[in-house]
Amino acid sequence: MASTLLNDLGRRATPWLLPALALAGWQAAVSAGLVSNRFMPAPLDVARAGIAAASTGELWTNLGVSALRAIAGFAIGGGIGFALGLANGLSRLSERLTDTSVQMVRNVPHLSLIPLVILWFGIGEEAKLFLVALGVFFPIYANTLHGIRSVDPGLVEMGRVYGMSRAELFRRVVLPGALPSIFVGLRYGLGIMWLTLIVAETISASSGLGYMAMQAREFMLVDVVVLAILIYALLGKLADALTRQLERATLAWNPAYRTA
Amino acid sequence: MLLDAPRPDALGSTRDDASAAEAPRAATTRPPASGCGIAVTVRDLRKAFDGHTVIEGLDLHIPAGQFTTVVGRSGCGKSTLLRLILGLETPTGGRIQLEEPAGASRRNAPPKRIMFQDPRLLPWARVVDNVAVGLTGLGSRKERRERALAALAEVGLADKAGQWPATLSGGQRQRVALARALVSGPGLLALDEPLGALDALTRIGMQGLIERIWQQQGFTALLVTHDVSEAVALADRILVVDAGRIALDVRVDVPRPRRRGDPDLAALEGRILEHLLGESPAA
Repeated sequence: MASTLLNDLGRRATPWLLPALALAGWQAAVSAGLVSNRFMPAPLDVARAGIAAASTGELWTNLGVSALRAIAGFAIGGGIGFALGLANGLSRLSERLTDTSVQMVRNVPHLSLIPLVILWFGIGEEAKLFLVALGVFFPIYANTLHGIRSVDPGLVEMGRVYGMSRAELFRRVVLPGALPSIFVGLRYGLGIMWLTLIVAETISASSGLGYMAMQAREFMLVDVVVLAILIYALLGKLADALTRQLERATLAWNPAYRTA
Repeated sequence: MLLDAPRPDALGSTRDDASAAEAPRAATTRPPASGCGIAVTVRDLRKAFDGHTVIEGLDLHIPAGQFTTVVGRSGCGKSTLLRLILGLETPTGGRIQLEEPAGASRRNAPPKRIMFQDPRLLPWARVVDNVAVGLTGLGSRKERRERALAALAEVGLADKAGQWPATLSGGQRQRVALARALVSGPGLLALDEPLGALDALTRIGMQGLIERIWQQQGFTALLVTHDVSEAVALADRILVVDAGRIALDVRVDVPRPRRRGDPDLAALEGRILEHLLGESPAA
């Protein structure tokens, strides 16, 4: 009984072992003077900077601004990508009309548009939303389309034989069949969402986490810079954990996603 | 024993069966009573894919409730014939007529069902919900579930109702597919080599199950197979299809239950195999 509890605890702790070791090694290296505090502050200093920023409220404001941008951009780009992926997966006409154009635009790195976007929107919110939405759009579009295309035609035929209407066929056969692929798109999209946001905020912003890091650089506050980077890592992990939870809830039928 | 044309008594038997089908088809946990078979008449049927002829002027009558088996070498058009009768393909020419049992109105006409070689279960639906797919558009949710559970019990899988299809064996999945095909009380059940992928023992078990349920429910069964011994064990009548035509039409008059290794069946099996092999020595 006690041993199973211990086992369970051990299994839960395993993924965090490596980050914890890295932190400890880092702290030791800085404390021992192997690394200059000017270039790489110790974890405890970063923690102190975090507490200071949190107590003035600066951290929360910036975090909130960034999160809002991320979510809004993701919702817009992901929503359009999902809708267009569905449309092109279900309708040949829609695909013929739009897919070539989408593929052409896809090959332009969206971050290369930053100068143009700054010219268009300045450094306002629109610029960040536009870039995030654009970046998130493609992986979600491509994977939704691919998911719908790869639904087993035998199952679709079966659904027709059993008298499913088009709506029912979509809800009961096509969408669940495409879901694993859509989730792959979701994960890629989340990664691109953070990447785009960081770059956009670092280059042109007056608030947000990236802005906070750039301001800190101006004043040589290395601990705040590192703090911002660590927060990005945590946010990325959080988004990933949420997706995983969602996958487990909706793909329980698939042996590949079943919880151990 | 050889029959080229439809049997003259076919229409009569349709009517007889239909009166038995008056039995309640109401929302109960039992599937509808026996005698709801659909008769099939095919006239001068032709089908070509991209100019390549698969079925060439085929005539056929299957009386209601008959267990007909279609055998033939692969590529002879037997599966296409089945898919044409089910309406999964449109014929290039000719006519297919399905005769509902008398008394069945358009609305409560018994459905046609097909069982494929692969089970084609929805992997994201529980076993019982997969069976309930067979009742799409019929009755309330609760009713569908009850009938699905009853059909699962019929194929001996009542205890698997809440499982995912991925956890079942190949034979169990095919039994779920059978339950799904039968849950609505079909008038015509087409079986497109449904047992081809199963191991020998499971296959014999499934043959017995299909025969028993067919005897209980009285639907018209149309089985496509390349296994002549399976055809001989199950069928009232065996059609050998070759080059898009019916080359041989044999009645199997051996009474049921049939014993495996029965000399009459063995002789018949030998005759059909000879016919199949004799058609093309190079094959």
